[in-house]
Amino acid sequence: MTPLPNGLIVVAKRACPTCTLVEPLLHTLAHSGQPLTVVVQDDPAYAAGLAGLADVRLDDTLEQSFRLGIEFVPTLIRVEGGVEVARTHGWHRGDWQQISGLPGLGQALPELRPGCGSRTLEPGIAEDLVVRFGHTGLASRQIEVGDAEDAMEACFDRGWTDGLPVVPPTPARVLRMLQGTTRAPAEVIGLVPPDLAPCTVEKVAINAVLAGCKPEYLPIVLAAVEAALVDAFGMHGILCTTMFASPVVIVNGPLARRVGVNSGVNALGQGHRANASIGRALQLVIRNVGGGRPGEVDRATLGTPGKYSFCFAEAEDSAWLPLSVERGFAREASTVTLFAGEGVQGVVDQKSRTPESLAKSFALCLRAVDHPKLAQAGDALLVVSPDHCRVFIDAGWSKARLLDELTRLLLLPGDEMVAGAGGIAEGVPAAFAGKPVPKFRPGGLLIVRAGGSAGLFSAIIAGWAASGPAGSTPVTKEITA
Amino acid sequence: MTASLVLLDPTAERQPLARALAARPATLAGLAVAVLDISKARGNVFLDRLSELLAAQGVAVNRYRKPTFTRPAPTALRQQIAAENQLVIEGLAD
Repeated sequence: MTPLPNGLIVVAKRACPTCTLVEPLLHTLAHSGQPLTVVVQDDPAYAAGLAGLADVRLDDTLEQSFRLGIEFVPTLIRVEGGVEVARTHGWHRGDWQQISGLPGLGQALPELRPGCGSRTLEPGIAEDLVVRFGHTGLASRQIEVGDAEDAMEACFDRGWTDGLPVVPPTPARVLRMLQGTTRAPAEVIGLVPPDLAPCTVEKVAINAVLAGCKPEYLPIVLAAVEAALVDAFGMHGILCTTMFASPVVIVNGPLARRVGVNSGVNALGQGHRANASIGRALQLVIRNVGGGRPGEVDRATLGTPGKYSFCFAEAEDSAWLPLSVERGFAREASTVTLFAGEGVQGVVDQKSRTPESLAKSFALCLRAVDHPKLAQAGDALLVVSPDHCRVFIDAGWSKARLLDELTRLLLLPGDEMVAGAGGIAEGVPAAFAGKPVPKFRPGGLLIVRAGGSAGLFSAIIAGWAASGPAGSTPVTKEITA
Repeated sequence: MTASLVLLDPTAERQPLARALAARPATLAGLAVAVLDISKARGNVFLDRLSELLAAQGVAVNRYRKPTFTRPAPTALRQQIAAENQLVIEGLAD
């Protein structure tokens, strides 16, 4: 970059009415005996009449505007000895008269007209300019893609995807993603299994780009990754198990609604960018940063479609405590809860109209988690639909009341559960014969409300059969910045 | 950087930038070798001799031919070669 030209610099664009307003004044400035540089962002015809009188530059790459740090047009700058000494933007007669040293400048114009935004700050442009002309501050290795390579195929070829196409993580896209957080890109948020590789905010942002996230999702992704890295969640074991489990991300609080994490119709299904990309970003961090790939450390026998992405929000209702509040957070807090879950098993009960009947239905279906003859192996997440939930709320049953009733109903007869009973070799140890067996460990049954407003159906998401302190316990993290 | 597209590495950067070639087998015993003639003049002379030498060592050799050297191999031929062999030898030039 050459030093700043001495004298006056005006940065303008034709599309700005205030720039058009001040255009005639440029002749006065050019004849004032001081050097004048006019930087035009769009139209080469702007200030064209000044040829020979001023240095008029078409800034079609926006490099000069970027280097001058222009936020508004018009901007008037005075430079002395190569150093900026004064600046104003928009048309403010007093400022222009003072900076130009011309007391009579623009007397016929109104006293004040605000300017317009500089083209350098238009959506999609600012980060590109930083990449081209500035310093990104990003530390990740840069990978040059050959001109003959298709960008999407290049990502597949390098092993970065889950089998679906990803968004190529260009530096500009990563910079835009990082706008979603106030955290420094270099901040290390933890060690990602299985390789226990340090993971920076920047690496999470790159994988969020791959996954298709918007920048406003990044704080949720960061919280989800942090939760996955809490020791109690047992991410390494969840990854390498031959069983089905994988992180299920449940979002609570106002942020879920603000960014559009779906809690309603098809909450556990496809079609919502936030749900699809937030859960996927977490999976891609495990894959790319942690090195957790299927067939390598990931030894799942069958896996589950949720390993692409599994994220939804709770449809919070004033009559039922949200999961986040049950787990100790304020109602105003936004949180992610990670649950090591399998797939979705539907609970179809279209006849129960009393909470007692519906709770018994739930309990009967919950017995099937892992195996009806196993107990305290896997946790469970019960997703109660609004239609089912209404049966409880109308009868005055809180979420806690439902949990208590289910815990009681799921005290199962040991005689039916022991190995060999019913002619089935699978089952709990013989020592449980003659005793009641709780299906779930204390704290091992979570309840959330979600789903569309029509349908007397709920869902059970079975947990990893190694739930609990020895395997995985659900982890909740507040979403900060 | 001169490439028109630059991507940021999403991994922990534990692998070198240059992608490694597929691992080479220590021995040809028990492996099937595809010998692919790309239909360039006299390539078959060289490949015939190579096939003889491999066969003399007891290596299973399967011969294939691309319709023309000017275009990539048809998908079905690529899939057939991959399904029937563990190694492939392809003559690329005159």
